[in-house]
Amino acid sequence: MDKIAIENLSLQYSDGTESLQNVTLGIREKAITVLFGPAGGGKSSLLRCLNRLNDLTEVRAVSGRILLDGEDILEPKTDVIALRRKVGMVFARPVVLPGTVRSNLIYGLELMGERRKSKLDEAVERSLKQAALWEEVRSRLDDPAIALSGGQQQRLCLARSLALEPEVILLDEPTSGLDPLSTGKVEASLQDLKREYTVVLVPHSIQQAARTADYAAFFLQGEMVEFQDGREIFTSPREKRTEDYITGRFG
Amino acid sequence: MKRRKGYRNLTQRLGFGLLTLVALMTVLPIVAIVAYIVYMGLPAITWEFLTQFPTHGMRSGGIMPAIVGTVFLTLLTTLLCVPLGIAAAVYLAEYATENRFTRLIRLALITLAGIPSVVYGLFGLGMFVIFFQMGTSILAASLTLSIMTLPVVITTAEEAMRSVPQAFRTVSTSLGATSWKTVRRIILPEALPGILTGVILGLERAAGETAPILFTGAVFSLPTLPSSVLSPTMALPYHLYVIATQVPEMPLSIQYGTALVLLGFVLILNIIATIIRSRARARRQW
Amino acid sequence: MNNTAGWREFTITHVIKIAGYSAILFVLLIFFFLLREGLPALAEVSVRDLLSTRWYPTEGLFGILPLITGSLIVTLGAAMVAVPFGIGTAIYIAEISPRWLREVLKPVVEVLGGLPSVMLGFLGIMIFAPDLRVMLSLPTGLSALTGSLLLGAIAIPTVVSVSEDALDAIPRAYREGAWALGATRWQTIWRVTLPAARSGVLTAVMLGIGRAIGETMTVMMVTGNAPIMATYLGALISPVRTMTATIAAEMGEVATGSVHYHVLFFIGIMLFIASLAVNITASAIIFRKRKRSERILS
Repeated sequence: MDKIAIENLSLQYSDGTESLQNVTLGIREKAITVLFGPAGGGKSSLLRCLNRLNDLTEVRAVSGRILLDGEDILEPKTDVIALRRKVGMVFARPVVLPGTVRSNLIYGLELMGERRKSKLDEAVERSLKQAALWEEVRSRLDDPAIALSGGQQQRLCLARSLALEPEVILLDEPTSGLDPLSTGKVEASLQDLKREYTVVLVPHSIQQAARTADYAAFFLQGEMVEFQDGREIFTSPREKRTEDYITGRFG
Repeated sequence: MKRRKGYRNLTQRLGFGLLTLVALMTVLPIVAIVAYIVYMGLPAITWEFLTQFPTHGMRSGGIMPAIVGTVFLTLLTTLLCVPLGIAAAVYLAEYATENRFTRLIRLALITLAGIPSVVYGLFGLGMFVIFFQMGTSILAASLTLSIMTLPVVITTAEEAMRSVPQAFRTVSTSLGATSWKTVRRIILPEALPGILTGVILGLERAAGETAPILFTGAVFSLPTLPSSVLSPTMALPYHLYVIATQVPEMPLSIQYGTALVLLGFVLILNIIATIIRSRARARRQW
Repeated sequence: MNNTAGWREFTITHVIKIAGYSAILFVLLIFFFLLREGLPALAEVSVRDLLSTRWYPTEGLFGILPLITGSLIVTLGAAMVAVPFGIGTAIYIAEISPRWLREVLKPVVEVLGGLPSVMLGFLGIMIFAPDLRVMLSLPTGLSALTGSLLLGAIAIPTVVSVSEDALDAIPRAYREGAWALGATRWQTIWRVTLPAARSGVLTAVMLGIGRAIGETMTVMMVTGNAPIMATYLGALISPVRTMTATIAAEMGEVATGSVHYHVLFFIGIMLFIASLAVNITASAIIFRKRKRSERILS
């Protein structure tokens, strides 16, 4: 069952660079879909379309449809605020908001108007456990978030999105600044998370893509070249361009 | 070759020496001015001077009404100018896209910043005192001063907001915040020290200006403190001007004392702004 | 606009937008009121009379030329003080002084910038005018010269801070390139850094001049307030009257709606336009420089 159906999506930025060309893709629910490829391929742009974060950038033209649970989220009448709670995002560099660990986690809930301390505390504990951060941080909830290590901060960012109980989680090179140990913890969390959430991941290396993908799509300069099962595509890709990239002939 | 090098070094040493001299000649007088006013004015600063009304045609007694007047004017100016200024800055920093209209706004701000203070006085006279019939009043003077202070507040506030990292906005939006919520919960708190610094420096200028209040609110002598915002008031800068130029037989100590009080007012604001700025820099989480 | 955002967001957004545009409103208001009270002067006093050389309102003579020349000579004098000292100090702070000294000098210069003009005028009357009279054996200390010196002092902080920002913004790479080619620091400053910062420095000077044109209290207190035509060199040491001082000194005594009143507003219009021209030119320079450097760097 496709959680998100992307149909003929094209995107062009104000400076004329064409970022996505006629992409059609189905994101399965409760699985990890990986979008990989060399830089400039349009992967991040696609991700930012899925939660309408591209609204913040200078986009000249967008065409096509993105259906989340059957509803086109590119329609002007879409409730973007509610969409962004449903579709959470973790960025490449951990960006903790100024404040404590706790205030970071409940930020999204407070935006919704949630004030009940019991609900907030429960969300804090739940999301930290889901991000495998609860044990490390439970005694430091009132410390400044910036005092955490890089890996912890990134998992905090993941927990921050999870606190809103989304349905989809988007991750844009989430481990690019992290050491291997932290990377491993994040990847392990993703494996747990995919049981309940739909995960779309832009990996920062092919190896990470191969480790985590249930499904994988190869992007090259705005075009989606190939999409198939995660195990198959890395061992027997159908397209030559995919194979060239995976074997390191370019990239 | 060696001779050439020696010549260049000599030029450099002379040049550096000259510039050092220039810098000293610019900076030392400032220190000297402040020191001199303190030296000459300090003897006049007594509790009585700060809290009593003037007597004998200003030649003795205190300057309390002028102090109170300047405080009133500064407070009312703050009230009028700061909310509007911050809101305008929020618009420029967070909401507006760079187009023809925003360029027009910025042009207007540059214009406002460059208008001579006496022209503001004329404007205040024409619009507030006469057209809106407020008469010579604290209200008219404060309205005039607040429009004069607006460009400084807007420009510094906008800069302070722009310096908050863009990443915060992106994250906040991705968690479901509207523009206003992001501004209120993240941008404004983080930009606050910079905004405050700008506000205080703007008010410092407003407190010391004479020309804008000359025709709009200041009078030389009042028997009592102002009773409402529609009454005229005494004010420190105007008081200093009159006693220095128009009152014969004015004791030097009173003149310097008044100057010192005005200087003190201005310097205190300056110091507060500097403290806020350095403490904020130390505490910054980004 | 969507449901979750709601009416509150809508109202707030529009209030903020109105606040943003308020600056334009105020400029228009100022211009309007100046015109309203100042244009009648053109009807009441012929242009030829306005451009005559005698300003004696009590006798019905409204020649504003002496006031214009008064402002010009004092501003020019101020520039001659502010430019060398301001730029020189800025170069010293930006390029020569050690880091710790910089952190001392900058706040001190800022203090000068914050000093009320009436205070400098006060010191002018108390100290500078009498001292100058004695030092240079002048008939009076209250002259254009004293005014120029003090105005120059008032303009210096603006020149220093904007120039210093401009010099500071020049990338280190420029200087290092020159050093690598064997230039001394002195040569680098004059041949590389300063030319590179020239538009910022020019802006600084113009903003300083703009500040000087608009100064009121200081000039009113120290320039002697005699509206004579300041067109000969000796005028520098004689009393003059600036446009700003005229308005400030005489507005208190005119009857609302009288010819004198309208002419004073008319002078205000001229001041408005003059400082507008200076400030907009200064900003245009910076704007063009920024666009050009953006194009080069991209």
